[in-house]
Amino acid sequence: MTQTRARLTARAMGTPLDRLDGTAKVTGTARYAYEQPFAEPAHLHPVQATVAAGRVTGIDTAAAEAVPGVLAVLTHRNAPRLAGTGDAELAILQDDRVAFRGQLVGGVVATTTETARYAAGLVRLTYDEQPHDVELRADRDDLYAPESVNGGYATDTAQGDVEAALAAAPVTVDRTYTTAMCHNNPMEPHTTVAVWADGALTLYDSTQGVYAVRAAVAPLFGLDAEQVRVVSPHVGGGFGSKGTAHAHVVLASMAALVLPGRAVKLALTRQQLFFLAGYRTPTVQHIRLGADLDGRLDAISVDAVSQTSRIKEFAEQTAVAARMMYAAPNRRTTHRLARLDVPVPSWMRAPGECPGMFAAEVAMDELADACGLDPVELRVRNEPAADPETGRPFSSRNLVACLREGARRIGWERRHPAPRSRREDGALVGLGVAASVYPVFWMPGSSARIRAGADGRYTVSIGAADLGTGTWTALTQIAADALDVSVERVDLRIGDTAFPRATVAGGSSGMTCWGSAVVHAAEELRDRYGHEPPEGAEATGDTGENPDTERYAMYAFGAQFAEVRVDADTGEVRVPRLVGVFAAGRIINPKTARSQLRGGMTMGLSMALHEHSYMDAQLGQVANHDLAEYHIAAHADIGSLDVSWIDEDDPHVNPMGSKGIGEIGIVGTAAAIANAAHNATGVRVRDLPITLDAFLA
Amino acid sequence: MEADITLRVNRETRWLTVDTRTTLLDALRDRLGVTGPKKGCDHGQCGACTILLGGRRVNSCLALAVQHDGGEITTVEGLADGPDLHPLQRSFVRHDGFQCGYCTPGQLCSAVGMLAEARAGWPSAVTADQEGPVGPGPVALSEAEIKERMSGNLCRCGAYAAIVPAIAEVAR
Repeated sequence: MTQTRARLTARAMGTPLDRLDGTAKVTGTARYAYEQPFAEPAHLHPVQATVAAGRVTGIDTAAAEAVPGVLAVLTHRNAPRLAGTGDAELAILQDDRVAFRGQLVGGVVATTTETARYAAGLVRLTYDEQPHDVELRADRDDLYAPESVNGGYATDTAQGDVEAALAAAPVTVDRTYTTAMCHNNPMEPHTTVAVWADGALTLYDSTQGVYAVRAAVAPLFGLDAEQVRVVSPHVGGGFGSKGTAHAHVVLASMAALVLPGRAVKLALTRQQLFFLAGYRTPTVQHIRLGADLDGRLDAISVDAVSQTSRIKEFAEQTAVAARMMYAAPNRRTTHRLARLDVPVPSWMRAPGECPGMFAAEVAMDELADACGLDPVELRVRNEPAADPETGRPFSSRNLVACLREGARRIGWERRHPAPRSRREDGALVGLGVAASVYPVFWMPGSSARIRAGADGRYTVSIGAADLGTGTWTALTQIAADALDVSVERVDLRIGDTAFPRATVAGGSSGMTCWGSAVVHAAEELRDRYGHEPPEGAEATGDTGENPDTERYAMYAFGAQFAEVRVDADTGEVRVPRLVGVFAAGRIINPKTARSQLRGGMTMGLSMALHEHSYMDAQLGQVANHDLAEYHIAAHADIGSLDVSWIDEDDPHVNPMGSKGIGEIGIVGTAAAIANAAHNATGVRVRDLPITLDAFLA
Repeated sequence: MEADITLRVNRETRWLTVDTRTTLLDALRDRLGVTGPKKGCDHGQCGACTILLGGRRVNSCLALAVQHDGGEITTVEGLADGPDLHPLQRSFVRHDGFQCGYCTPGQLCSAVGMLAEARAGWPSAVTADQEGPVGPGPVALSEAEIKERMSGNLCRCGAYAAIVPAIAEVAR
C-alpha cells in the first residue's frame, strides 16, 4: 500500500484563491442535479404515509390514474421488487407496513410537476392505524444499548472508579442537558433525476458521495456496480443529510425502471425533507464532574440518551468527545437509545461532537463557577498530556493557544466574573467561552487519476464532491503542489462515478482522503514519466495508509467566544460578536476555509437560538416542517464574526499537514453562547434552543 | 387549463404555453430552461427563487406565470453585461459570499433590487434606528440596513458575514 514519502511543499496551498466554481455560481450557470437538461422529462411526486404506525389496508389509485398526463402510479402493490432489502429505510414499497408518518408509500409520475403533484393528492390510502410512540425521555424503561455508536466507537467506556471519585470530590457538577431535534435543511432540497436505458441506471443526484449512492442503489435493484452511474457536479449543501442515500433515490430509480428511456425527476419539497432526509436526534445528557478546589478534574461521567427509528438504527456518538477532551483519571460514558416510530435519524454536521460538546462545555462553565475559577483557566488546567482514553500522544494539540488568542481577540480581560454585572442600553451583556474539537479521520478507499495533457496541463479525476466545501478549489491547489505546477495548469474533475472511487464527503475527511490520493497519483506520475510527461501519460494513486493513525491521537481543536446581549425587559437574546480561533493543521485555502469555519459557527448560533423541530406527540410528526416555522439564522441574526487560526505544523496527519474544517466550526458555538448568556443574566440555560422565556422567570 | 403567455426574460422575448397552476419559478426552470433561480422551499420562505420582475425583487415561487403575461424579468443569468460580471457578482466571488451557491442567485437578485429600493428612499424596519436624518432621499446602507433588507434570503452555509461586506462594498 502507498505511504507518503515526503510532506508536500506548499506553494499553491496556503493562498486565498477565489473559488474556482465561483463564476459559475454567481452567473447561475452551475447546474445542480435537477437542472440537467433532458427532453421531455417525467416528474415524480411522492405519496407519504399519513399515520405514524400501522399498515396500509386499502389503495385506490383510480382517480390519480385518470388524470391526463399521469404516466404511472407506484404503490407497494405494483412497485418493482427489490433484490436486497437489508436497509429498511431504502426498502420502500415492498410491503404494507408503515414505520413513521411521512414514510414513502407511493409515487405518481406525470408529464408535468403540477400534474404529478395534483394526482398524488388523489391517491387514496386507508390504514390499520396502530398507536405510535414518538417521545424521547431519559426515564423511559425501554432504553437499550446499541452494539456500537456512529463512527464505530464503543457504546460505553469506563476507566477508574467514577462513583468513588465523585463521592470524594470537594466540587461536583451534576446536571442534565438537552439538545433539540434539528434538521439539516440544505438550501437545495434532495433531488434525484433517474434514467434507465440500455440496461444501465444513471442518477443525477444531489449527494455528498456518488460512490456511496451507487453502493446503496446497485444491490437493491440487483445491478452490478458498473450498471449504475451517479453524477453530482454541484451540490447545494448537505451537512450530512446527503451523505447517505435516502429512500427518495430508490423511488426515483423505481420510476425510471417503469419508464425506460425517460428521465424521471424527483425534487423533494422542503416539507418532505423533514420526514425523508435524516436529522439530528434530540439528546438528553446527564453529566457529572468531580474536581478538586483548584478545578482539576478527577471524574467525568456522561450518560447520553438519543432516539432512533423503528426500522433502522442510528446511534449518535454524543459522549465520545468527553472521552478525550480533558484529563481525569476516573471516567465513564454511556449511550442509550429509544427506538421510536419516527423518521430515521442520521448525520448532521458534527454528529456526536456537536450536541455532546454543548452539554460538556456548559458543564465545564458550571464547574468554573463552582470553583470560582476563570473558565479559560479551568480548561487550561485540565489539558491532558496525552489522549486520556488511549494514552497515545496527540499529533498536535493547540487548544490552549486557541483559548489564549480567542481571549485576546474578544477582550476577555474585561469580562466580569460575576453574572449580571454589565448593563448597556437596556441589555444585560456577558461573555462566554467553549472549546471545540473534531477528529481527523483517515478513511481508506479513495483513488485519483492524473492524466498529462497538451501544453503542460494535467487532468485530475476523482469521484469526490463539492457541496460548497471548496473541494473544486482546495483539491486543485493540492494537485498543483503535488505536481509542482501552477494552479492554472490543473483541471479537476469530480462528482461522477465515471471517475476513480472516492469516499463520501463526511467526517471532515475529504481533503485528508482525496488529497492523499491526489498526492500519491502525482508521485506515481512523476516517478514514471518525470517532469515532462508525454501527452496521454496517466497514473493513479490511492489514499494509502498512514501508520501514524495508530500511533497518535489526531484532532483539530478550537476555542469559541461569544458576546451575548439579553434584553432586560423582553429576554430577547442577541449575539453581537462571535470569535472562533482554530488549530486545524495547514489551511489549504484561507478564503474557502474561513467560509467553512464561519459557516459552522453561523449554524452553531442558529442551533443555539433558533433550531427546534417540534415533535407533535399526537400526530407523530414534526409540526414545524417548513422554513417559516423551523427557524434558521438569517442575515439579521449575525453580528461580527471573527474567524482565525493559529499556525499549526502537524507532520503526522497526512501529506498536506491539514485537518478537516467542515465540522469543527459548529462544535462549541452553542455552549459559548449559553455560557455568555449566563454571564450576562445569571440564568443557566441547559436546554437548546435558548429562547427568551428562559430569562423572564 | 393552459394559457399562452409572453415573458421578456433577460432582454429576450419568450413565448410559452403554461398550465395556469404553474409558478413563474417553474415556468422559468422547467419550461424555459432558465435554471439560475433556485427552488429552495416553493413557499416564499427562503428567497432562493428571487428574480427581478419589472425591476423589483419578487419570490418567483409565489407568482403564477399566467399573472405576469408580458412581464419583464431579470434573473441571475441576466445581471452580467456579456462577459463583464455585475459588480455584485464580482464582489461575491472576491468576498467568498457563498459556499454551495444554491442561495446565491436569489441573494444577488435580491441585492440588486434592495440597492434600488434604498436609492429610492424606501425605509426598512431599522431605518428609524440609524444615525442621521431619515428620508426623503436615498437611505444610507449601514450594515444593519443591509442585514435587515436581506433577511428574506436564507443561506444555510452561513455566508452572511461575507455577503454583507460584499454588498456594502458595492453600495458605497
